Amino acid sequence: MEIIEALKGLKEVRSLEEKEDAWVIWTERELTLPLMKKLKELGFNYLIDLCGVDYLNYKSEKKNFRFEVVYHLYSLEHRILVRVKVGIPEEEAWQYSVSHIWSCANWLERECFDMFGIKFLGHPNLKRIFMPEDWKGHPLRKDYPLNIEGEEEWETYKKLVERHKRKRGDAATH
Amino acid sequence: MQPLIELEKRQVGEEAWEEPFFLNMGPQHPSTHGVLRLRIELEGETIVNCEPVIGYLHRGIEKLAETLNPNQCILLSDRLDYISSVANNVAFALAFERLMKIEVPRRARLIRTIVSEMARLCSHLLWLATHALDIGAITVFLYCFREREWLLQIFEKICGARLTHGYVRVGGVRRDFTPEVVEELYEFVRVFPERILDYETLLDENRIWLKRTKGIGVVSPEKAIDLGLTGPSLRGSGVPYDVRKFRPYDAYDEVEFLVPTGKNGDTYDRYKVRMQEMRQSASIIKQCLDKLSETEGEPVLSEKAPDLLLPKMRKEVCPMLTPKGKVVFRTRKKEIIPKGEAFASIEAPKGELAVYVISDGTDTPWRLRIRTPSFVHISAIPYLAKGHMIADLVAIIGTLDIVLGDSDK
Repeated sequence: MEIIEALKGLKEVRSLEEKEDAWVIWTERELTLPLMKKLKELGFNYLIDLCGVDYLNYKSEKKNFRFEVVYHLYSLEHRILVRVKVGIPEEEAWQYSVSHIWSCANWLERECFDMFGIKFLGHPNLKRIFMPEDWKGHPLRKDYPLNIEGEEEWETYKKLVERHKRKRGDAATH
Repeated sequence: MQPLIELEKRQVGEEAWEEPFFLNMGPQHPSTHGVLRLRIELEGETIVNCEPVIGYLHRGIEKLAETLNPNQCILLSDRLDYISSVANNVAFALAFERLMKIEVPRRARLIRTIVSEMARLCSHLLWLATHALDIGAITVFLYCFREREWLLQIFEKICGARLTHGYVRVGGVRRDFTPEVVEELYEFVRVFPERILDYETLLDENRIWLKRTKGIGVVSPEKAIDLGLTGPSLRGSGVPYDVRKFRPYDAYDEVEFLVPTGKNGDTYDRYKVRMQEMRQSASIIKQCLDKLSETEGEPVLSEKAPDLLLPKMRKEVCPMLTPKGKVVFRTRKKEIIPKGEAFASIEAPKGELAVYVISDGTDTPWRLRIRTPSFVHISAIPYLAKGHMIADLVAIIGTLDIVLGDSDK
């Protein structure tokens, strides 16, 4: 197919592989933005999904980078699904934002930042989306505990409870 | 006589009018369909800016799924979009089946198609009921719930649950249809198209309905794709994108149906699209029921389907040849879910629901990513609401058909 030939011709594509459900493209972080712009010009106008993956202590395969950002792009015209993968190192957990190319990336990137702590450069409004703004840690990282021993309360909630108790105490004395 | 605004301006001073007025809508507001909070910046009654705030219903389903095996994950999916939980079940099951390379028996595929369409009807009926109620047409609500109740009773006969079904299993479905269920579904499909006419006589030419929906929340086809709108919200703008046609799953390649589209991309067109879709759903159910009789007595669960409880890591004894030519028996770790990754997406009632699974060979997925339609649709609210009156915001939230359990995960 023409479109696959065009994909093979892109110099930003590090490797292209056909899987059962999609074409998988590997690229580097520095080449993300030029690649995405070219993909959009080729007709991949619909960004289905953008998500992060944490490969900390991943045993079954050797990974060069701790994180990965995975984009699922679809071309309504050619009916082809493409999966773009970008490796992100642990020390410099940031990636270029594509929210100016596809508007729906705005919230998806915010979610990725909230869950993995990957910062998106050039994002217009990068802040937490599911967790409270003063939350510590990023829940979907593999080193974030699922269960914790003993009790640990969210700081803001503790303050709220204390304030409420104090108010009730005041009301009782009057 | 001086206009009222001019009078007030003189009383409070010019400067006071320059300041924007902020209003919080939700999280406990009946028309936001859950715990959605909108921070609205107003100028008079016109919306200048609007910022949705979500996360009040965040349960960490993606994190939880990393500790559960495939069949347990499916039970989690019930809690995503709780109005059409079977559709979520199907998406999860499809992703795991692609990963484990399981062929689903034809009877199970037909049954899944039937229940997915029933879920679509349930969701669209509830959407129509609440959307009309929000805008002010109360009668429709009562009519829609009559049919929805019937569907829920059929669901109860199929799997024993009304809302969180958990009916689909990796490799098939939990149990077969009984003859009574098939009979009742035939009766439902016969009656339902007339009932849709009932709703349409109430709304189609209703003057208030037209005034509240025509020209509200207009999106052009290009912008709709850019915003990531899917499902009826996208098709209302005239883009015929439907996962059932573009990447068929289950038994959708066996049945014939149309993909209705709108023209203007406003709230009214999206309403018309959903009404047409309900007719198509009824027709799909009927076709599948006809085909179901051909497969009488066939299994509904694949032989390769994983057990409900999986071992953490299976050990396998295998003979190995040493360099000297001796045969030694060694134990080796065996993969439970094959290593690799799989992507599956379905046309859920609200839009495209995509599941992306990565497995490292153990019994639990390494990462399970869910792309929910409501999440992306809520992010489109600021674009749609800009420049409209505050009362129209209710219509815009309604027309996107959002569920907060779906978006907050």
